[in-house]
Order: sequence, then C-alpha cells, then structure tokens
Amino acid sequence: MKFAIVVFPGSNCDHDAYHAVKHVLGEGAEFVWHKETTLATADVVIVPGGFSHGDYLRTGAIARFSPIMPAVTRFAASGGPVLGICNGFQILLECGLLPGAMLRNRDLKFHCEFVGLRLERTDTPFTGLGRAGQILRLPIAHGEGNYYAPPETLARLEDHGRIVFRYANAFGETTEQANPNGSVHSIAGICNEARNVVGLMPHPERACEAAIGSSDGLLLFKSVVSMLSERGDWQGSASLAQQA
Amino acid sequence: MFVTLKPSVFDPQGNTIAQALQSLGYGAVSEVRQGKYFELDLNVSTDGEARQVASEVAERVLANPVIESFRIET
Repeated sequence: MKFAIVVFPGSNCDHDAYHAVKHVLGEGAEFVWHKETTLATADVVIVPGGFSHGDYLRTGAIARFSPIMPAVTRFAASGGPVLGICNGFQILLECGLLPGAMLRNRDLKFHCEFVGLRLERTDTPFTGLGRAGQILRLPIAHGEGNYYAPPETLARLEDHGRIVFRYANAFGETTEQANPNGSVHSIAGICNEARNVVGLMPHPERACEAAIGSSDGLLLFKSVVSMLSERGDWQGSASLAQQA
Repeated sequence: MFVTLKPSVFDPQGNTIAQALQSLGYGAVSEVRQGKYFELDLNVSTDGEARQVASEVAERVLANPVIESFRIET
C-alpha cells in the first residue's frame, strides 16, 4: 500500500507522516513535491502539517494553487482517501475540498500541547477501526485552528454526521476548557460529503509511538490500511493511472 | 484593497486591541476590527479595468469569501 505525502515549501510534518507510515506501520510512503502534477499510483494521500509558503496571506491560501492540487482534487473525486493534518487541513479548506475556514485561536496564542479528542464518526476511511465516543490523546501545534463555518454550513455538517472529531475532556465532555482554540461546536476535524476526505488540526502522525507520549494517532493510519486491504473493489490507483 | 473579516465573524485580534485601548483610557473605543491592506500596481489603462482585475484577484486569492469581505479603492 502506498501513501503519497505532499510536500510544500514550509511543510514540516512531512517527515513525521513518512516515519509513521513507513517505519511504524511498515507501509509504503513517498514524498510528492508540490510542483508535481500527478500522484502516480498512490492509494492514500496525506497533506501534511507545517507552514506552507510561510503562512503568508492566510494559512494554506497559496499552497492551494500548487500544481499538485488538481491531482489531489481528482484523487479525492475518484473516491481516494485524503487526510489533511493541521496545515494540510487548512489547505483542504482553502481549496474547497472541505467547507469552512480557520481563524486565529481565540486567545491569539500558539498552542503546542496534548489535547483530548472525542471520536464522533467511524464511517470514514481514517476512523473505521475506532469506536464512537472513544477518547484520543493527540498533540496540537497551531496558531490558527479556530474552526469557523457559517451557520447553514455548520447545520449541514451536524445533520450529515460530518464532524469526525471534537475537542473533549477525559470524560468525553466538549467543555469550553477542553476546546483549545475556540472552534465552533468544538470541531477538531471534519469530512467531506462523500466521507473520503478528512481534515483535522491535531497531529495523529506525531502520536504513533508510546515512547513519544501517545500512540493514539495510529488508529487513523491503521484504519485506512485496513479499509483498503479489505476493499478489493477500490480502484483508486487504477483510475488515477488512467487519468494521468 | 481592504480585506476585513465579515461582521458576523469574531475577530480575536481586533477584540484584544479594543481591550488594550480601553485599558489605556480610551473609553470611547467600543470595538476594533483588524483587517489587511494591499496595494496593487496594475498595467491597465482605465479605472474600470483596474477594478475588474482587482476584484477578481480579491475574490480568488486575497480574500477568503467564507470569512472575509473586501473593498477596492482606485
């Protein structure tokens, strides 16, 4: 199984994602420079965290126009699983693969800490091995993770069960205190209508080994591997090769 | 070109600045909204053309329509 990890100028979690996939999980991983225009034969695409293009203008606003992005959009449209982490999530918001936008954290501080997350949905490629209501401990590292969506978008996300992760305390309660950045409805991660594109602010790739604090992030990577291994009918790679 | 957060969107920076001004004794300041300002040099011959290019650029790149609105002056 091959994970394509898109690299933008300023990405800095690309190697963390590579390490998690390749060395912890033992799956194939490959970096794809943002100037490329195809994803070759990727089975999964990761848009990693960092500060693409220095976060100039807005987070993800410039990366969105990178030559690789049409290929990512095609991959997503063909049903391929796409995971946007932190800045990768911000890029997916800017390019419209996911709805909403990020504002500065409500306290204007950069938060670098472990947070609690309540897993809301297990019907995405990245959460299939989880259990709804499960609490995950993952690190966050961002200054602009205050998720915002207009009321009608928010209602649609709630109604269609597209909020995949919420910030929560150890008891699974979505309190103000457990919400590190002021996100509406304590939203930490969402998915698209077709559920194959998932974005979240916390960093699962930095939480794949107990030795560095948590291995809860493995759930996301193991889930997608398990889903793809079981689903022999998934033709993402083949259809992409045809398009290329 | 002025890009500002829509009135319905909370502006944590503007809020903090307003509090700072109030604590400095400027009680008359009730609200602050912070925005961005861009100067574009355009190779066009008319005001209309300039506005057209500027608004396209604003809509597509410089402003995020989910949270921001823009105003153009030529």
